[in-house]
Amino acid sequence: MAIRVNLITGRTIQQGVSMEAGKEKSAYTAACGIIELDPTDFRKLGAFRGTNVRVTSDYGSVVVKAVEATQGPHPGIAFIPMGPWANMVVNPNTYSTGMPTFKGTPVTVEAAKNEPVLNSLELVRKGCRGELA
Amino acid sequence: MSRTVTDVICPFCGTLCDDIEVVVSDDGKELHEVYNACAIGAEKFLHSQAKDRITRPRMRQEDGSWKEITYDEAIDYTARMLVNAKKPLMYGWSSTNCEAQAIGSEIGELVGAVVDNTATVCHGTSLIAVQDIGIPSCTLGEVKNRADRILFWGCNPAHAHPRHMSRYSIFPRGFFTGKGHTGRKVIVVDPRRTDTAKIADIHLQVEQGRDYELFDAFRVAFKGEHLPDVVAGIPKEKIYEAAETLKSGRFAIIFFGMGVTQSLGKNHNIDAAIAVTRDLNEYTKAAIMPMRGHYNVTGSGQVWGWLFGFPYAVDLSRGFARYNPGDTTANDLLRRDEVDAVLVIASDPGAHFPFSSVKKIYDLPSVAIDPHETPTTEVCRVHVPVAFVGIEVGGCAYRMDNVPIETRKVVEPPEGMMTDEEFLGRVLARIKELQGV
Ligand code: SF4
Repeated sequence: MAIRVNLITGRTIQQGVSMEAGKEKSAYTAACGIIELDPTDFRKLGAFRGTNVRVTSDYGSVVVKAVEATQGPHPGIAFIPMGPWANMVVNPNTYSTGMPTFKGTPVTVEAAKNEPVLNSLELVRKGCRGELA
Repeated sequence: MSRTVTDVICPFCGTLCDDIEVVVSDDGKELHEVYNACAIGAEKFLHSQAKDRITRPRMRQEDGSWKEITYDEAIDYTARMLVNAKKPLMYGWSSTNCEAQAIGSEIGELVGAVVDNTATVCHGTSLIAVQDIGIPSCTLGEVKNRADRILFWGCNPAHAHPRHMSRYSIFPRGFFTGKGHTGRKVIVVDPRRTDTAKIADIHLQVEQGRDYELFDAFRVAFKGEHLPDVVAGIPKEKIYEAAETLKSGRFAIIFFGMGVTQSLGKNHNIDAAIAVTRDLNEYTKAAIMPMRGHYNVTGSGQVWGWLFGFPYAVDLSRGFARYNPGDTTANDLLRRDEVDAVLVIASDPGAHFPFSSVKKIYDLPSVAIDPHETPTTEVCRVHVPVAFVGIEVGGCAYRMDNVPIETRKVVEPPEGMMTDEEFLGRVLARIKELQGV
């Protein structure tokens, strides 16, 4: 089942700590290569906690791990910590302000059990070379 | 043996905590322990000691692998890249000191660059609003000593500025706020029930992207005028209650973050936020402050403010300073293919810009100056590692309330490593040679 949710991005303390410990490390992927979903949205998605999912917007697509939101409830809203994973799908338009629209991008989420979550360096490298699925 | 350095400044977030204690080895070469910092700040100090740290510049080869080069080669490459470009972008600046920013500005003037800092993806829209209608603000010391009504709008300090609440905004006992937490009322506006919202007296779970409407509703509620039953997903009774809470305080402070600046409406949301603050001053004393992210993004705005008159997105390509967000801002320039070389310093657009902009950096001649290995260094042609400002070299930084604080050096950088300031100074000298000036 694919679900439609409104995506926002932002900081988490795990994002900050793991970023300072090194963005090439697996802890950074574990902290930011995720999507936090509300329990009601999880039910609609029909997937287990910890399943990899593909998140797709009009602007791109990325595979991240779905986890249950701890800062909720917030049905209909999904959260990916700020970082390269979120930035594959956010709305880059600045509407003449200089500021990309990092919050409020409509996205589709669907289970992608067998697709891996890439680490941050791989993700941007493959993205730049056009090697992403 | 080891010794303890006290009153160290944390160079991570805009709270710029100034009470950190760091235990270092007697010879000042190793950093052992960090006290008082939050988890993020402590990690930043400790990571400077990483054994796998990159300590020499490196250049990307045709096959994608790295080759180590000397600082001299990196300086020459950077200088030539900037001199040869018609309109280079010099982006970042927020995790380095004002001294390095000043040299960078001089380079920007000489080569006709666009200089932009991380405010462009953070509080840039706040700066537009401030220029539109001004800002009634204060210092964090005033917040600690006077504020008894705290409103966090679209920000989550529990995660992004972990010690902000304990040092300044909620918990401390100040001169006129002797009861600390119990004497303060805390309101949080956020579409999620964040960890900050959980400790608030009132949480308004605004519908995402509808901040402008809710700000306007507050202005109506202050005057006791009529509101529709529900505004931005919030029942009117709760809005009246929050408005009354703010009005009844002796000193109200509004802190706002990315929820306001990055949602649609952007600078207009902040116009409305400032208008709310102004209206509130009819009833009590009120101030407003952006929750600045990087520890010295504010300083970068200050340096360019006094050099060029504008706090970010300064286009020097015509020989004088122009400023026009949406036109001279980093993401717009990249999206429109308007720059032909990119220098990134003290920031990580590779991780924090929309991917379409990252791809543009990858396609251009580019240099990344950063102590860490990051997605930016991964897409740039040359990576220049430098010493950590605030840990391995001192220098001036501005706290989120525009108070300048001198950061401290606590340990030696690895043997033979340059600081941002030295590296840029050498690039500047090389540029002058190349240009014959
Ligand atoms: S709150 Fe900010 S400045 Fe203070 S210790 Fe934490 S990261 Fe450092």
